[in-house]
Amino acid sequence: MAKTVGLLLAGLVACYGLNWFLAEFIEVVYVDYLNLIGIAIVLAVGLNVINGLTGQFSLGHAGFMAIGAFVAGLVSIQLTYGEMSSGPLELAGLGTFLLSLLLAGLAAAVLGVVVGAPALRLKGDYLAIATLGFAEITRILLTAQDSLGGPTGIKRIPKMPLLPGTGAWDGGTSVFWIFLVVFTIVLFSARLQRSTYGRALIAIRENELAAETMGVRAARMKVMAFVYGAFFAGIAGGLYAHYQHSVRPDDFTSIRSIEVVVMLVLGGLGSITGAVLGAVAVTLVPQLLRPLEEQLQVNGLSMVVYALLLILMMIFRPQGIFGQRELSLKLFRRILPGGRK
Amino acid sequence: MVPVASVDFTSQLLQYFANGVAKGSTYALMAVGYTLVYGVLQLINFAHAEVYMLGSHFAYYQAKWGGYLPDEPGAKPESVPILLVGAFIAIAMLACAAVGMLIERVAYRPLRNAGRLAPLITAIGVSLFLQYGGQVVFGTEPKLFPTFVETEVFEIGSVKIPNTNLLIVVTTFVLMLGLTLFVSKTRPGAAMRACSHDMRTAKLMGINVNATISLTFAIGSALAAVAGVLVAMDQPAITPLMGVRIGLKAFVAAVVGGIGSIPGAALGGLVLGVSESVVGGLWDTNYAEAVAFVFLIVVLLLKPSGLLGKATREKV
Amino acid sequence: MTALLATENLTIRFGGLTAVDGFNLAIEPGDLFGLIGPNGAGKTTVFNMITGVYLPTEGSVHFDGKLVNGLQPAQVAALGVSRTFQNIRLFDELSVLENAMTGAHQHAKINLFDSLLRTARHYREEQRQRDRAYELLTFMGLEDRAGLPAKQLPYGHRRKLEIARALATEPKLICLDEPAAGMNTGEKAELSALIRKIRDELKVTVLLIEHDMKLVMGICEKIQVLDYGKTIALGTPQEIQNNPKVIEAYLGGE
Ligand SMILES: Nc1ncnc2c1ncn2[C@@H]1O[C@H](COP(=O)(O)OP(=O)(O)OP(=O)(O)O)[C@@H](O)[C@H]1O
Ligand SMILES: [Mg+2]
Repeated sequence: MAKTVGLLLAGLVACYGLNWFLAEFIEVVYVDYLNLIGIAIVLAVGLNVINGLTGQFSLGHAGFMAIGAFVAGLVSIQLTYGEMSSGPLELAGLGTFLLSLLLAGLAAAVLGVVVGAPALRLKGDYLAIATLGFAEITRILLTAQDSLGGPTGIKRIPKMPLLPGTGAWDGGTSVFWIFLVVFTIVLFSARLQRSTYGRALIAIRENELAAETMGVRAARMKVMAFVYGAFFAGIAGGLYAHYQHSVRPDDFTSIRSIEVVVMLVLGGLGSITGAVLGAVAVTLVPQLLRPLEEQLQVNGLSMVVYALLLILMMIFRPQGIFGQRELSLKLFRRILPGGRK
Repeated sequence: MVPVASVDFTSQLLQYFANGVAKGSTYALMAVGYTLVYGVLQLINFAHAEVYMLGSHFAYYQAKWGGYLPDEPGAKPESVPILLVGAFIAIAMLACAAVGMLIERVAYRPLRNAGRLAPLITAIGVSLFLQYGGQVVFGTEPKLFPTFVETEVFEIGSVKIPNTNLLIVVTTFVLMLGLTLFVSKTRPGAAMRACSHDMRTAKLMGINVNATISLTFAIGSALAAVAGVLVAMDQPAITPLMGVRIGLKAFVAAVVGGIGSIPGAALGGLVLGVSESVVGGLWDTNYAEAVAFVFLIVVLLLKPSGLLGKATREKV
Repeated sequence: MTALLATENLTIRFGGLTAVDGFNLAIEPGDLFGLIGPNGAGKTTVFNMITGVYLPTEGSVHFDGKLVNGLQPAQVAALGVSRTFQNIRLFDELSVLENAMTGAHQHAKINLFDSLLRTARHYREEQRQRDRAYELLTFMGLEDRAGLPAKQLPYGHRRKLEIARALATEPKLICLDEPAAGMNTGEKAELSALIRKIRDELKVTVLLIEHDMKLVMGICEKIQVLDYGKTIALGTPQEIQNNPKVIEAYLGGE
């Protein structure tokens, strides 16, 4: 417990250092990639608990993110401007910002219960398509709300609050906040995996009937996995909303849900390291290919190359980059107190 | 689809119903492709939607090279003679069948023993490849589809039915009937059923599994080509991303109807098409988009194997 | 003495097939009880109904005086019934030790946040599970395999690991479904001794399904014989061996 506080403080300092370093030395464009990667990591590591550990094929992660984004956006608009109106973008207060993220996570977690419930009856592709259905319904209902801007969504979402010493930079404090969440979810997920709950989740994945007969409450555990993933996806959505300053329902189509699954499978389903790596690859590769597309002036070229890479990757390494392993387990064990013998 | 001007509620409802049957037919035609492939490989063939897109593009380019596109924007294009339309569609079907078989051979077959997830991701890859490859080759601008049939609207009572819709429904009906007969009455059809029931046993019994799977893809893809052309005739602009939405809906239709079942695909498609049209007409087009998914979840929770699917029970 | 496990008129139908038909069973605490019968007699199906996997069409199962049918498998496990599977169902990607620890999961008195925040309670729970799992692995003779992924265990050891995992749930009754299947003579002798020790030293009541007659007759004190879902005999090994109905069922069945 004391170690946890220490670790989180260390993470805080590290993220602050990273933010400061980037502000001093690096161009904002690259920082943009980094932030998108960070948000993707939060999504992927959270989904890994559902898909990777528990083996419940969820294809609806964008739905949780959407709820989080809209809740966080609305809460901070309310608390910052008092109403939805036009005007210059402002900074969210620290309390407002944290509250908006918390509510974003909680709202998504509630949706997680709703979506997790069918997981008690459905398996495999059927569950996948049902969760996709939930996410699509969420998106469509958001689109249908004129009070939420309909298809154009909500705008003028306040920026993330400043910290001492991080004033004038264009990138603001986004790196700090986003990577603080990345740090937290990676830490918690690694700990979850190496606990009685993690083993119970894996047991469900490996053989649900045996798990239940051994006393694992599969229904409860599955809902827990969904709530965990959804909570962090909601926070990822909140971060995204504050970072982009505007969100539209169409930012959260099924294509995004599918993308998160691709990250997991590419990295190696069930591995946190794999999820992180997959998130980096899937976010970065199309961005890195974009200059090529622009130079040759062929629309869609970067996505074609990306798609080809994806196909080849799956054909030649279907278990993903990391399989089920974790990067340098020994190092992990030393850092994370769960492994002490 | 036909806008509704009439005020009388019943005739409104009938009109939406008629529109929905046409829309549902195109879903059904697409759903069959998903259901056949899933039945045999337990794979959601995401690329199926792009085969549909290719079908309409193949027909478009044939018409273009045949000189049936307007020379300048705004000019009324010459309509294509009916025999030629048939030939265009037939060629598009053959080409799509070839594409479908190629996709299976190149992208799915190497992964047949690699579990379920890797082929699924590959399918997503192929789908993206064709969407954006389509953008590269065909361009991103929507293309006006040539006039394959002059539009005529029949009126039955107060219900207006355009001949294109009639064509969609009749074609779908004939093709589905043909497919059902093929699967139940011919040897290759029996092989398809055997593979979908139990691939290993089918192999042991001397069925050429690879050929049967190829055939499954060929049939599904040819039907997708027809769907692509029919929809393009009705909604005259085509784009490389046109498959995304109908693809998802059609897959949902297949699941709602009971995956693996051809009548299920037809029923699922019709149910979704009609309810979408009715909800969209009487209530709100936004909510119409959600109808398919609401149906999906309700059906899955009440009967996970779908309306016409068979339940399986795990032995312990 | 009241029965630990009692089934009354237990019946289940799969479509037209009545797999178990009016089955009555009474097991006293401390029994080492054999359930035998030809292939397809319905023995595994009885286990499935006792452990909440299948819901009986008719009849009841009482354990420790509580009605069991209608409960979920995990709830039955919480009452103190555990089992192994005829077709082994281990958690392949977990280690041997972790498989056994999973059995101990149901007694964890911590919550998710203890584990996420690594509180003292979390460490104590991990220690408890690890210690108990080691004890039972040692009991079953698997302690030097503890770190191996379960999928790498040889066949005979897989069956033993299933028993260790089941014992880790701290059951009052353990149901073993053909634990000796696929074992050689030496392994079978060792297993017989272990099963006896489970009852004598761990004080767990044993209900055993087994096709190996020598093993069953050697260790069980009471045996019930099932054929086509119906009880055809109940008695001591001696009585069963000489029962003409049993002999006929086995000869006719083969
Ligand atoms: N889920 C099920 N669905 C349909 N039939 C079933 C199911 N489970 C069991 N049966 C049938 O019930 C009968 C009894 O099966 P059970 O597995 O209980 O036999 P058993 O006595 O354990 O045989 P064995 O010695 O071969 O293990 C068999 O005919 C079997 O096919
Ligand atoms: Mg059995």
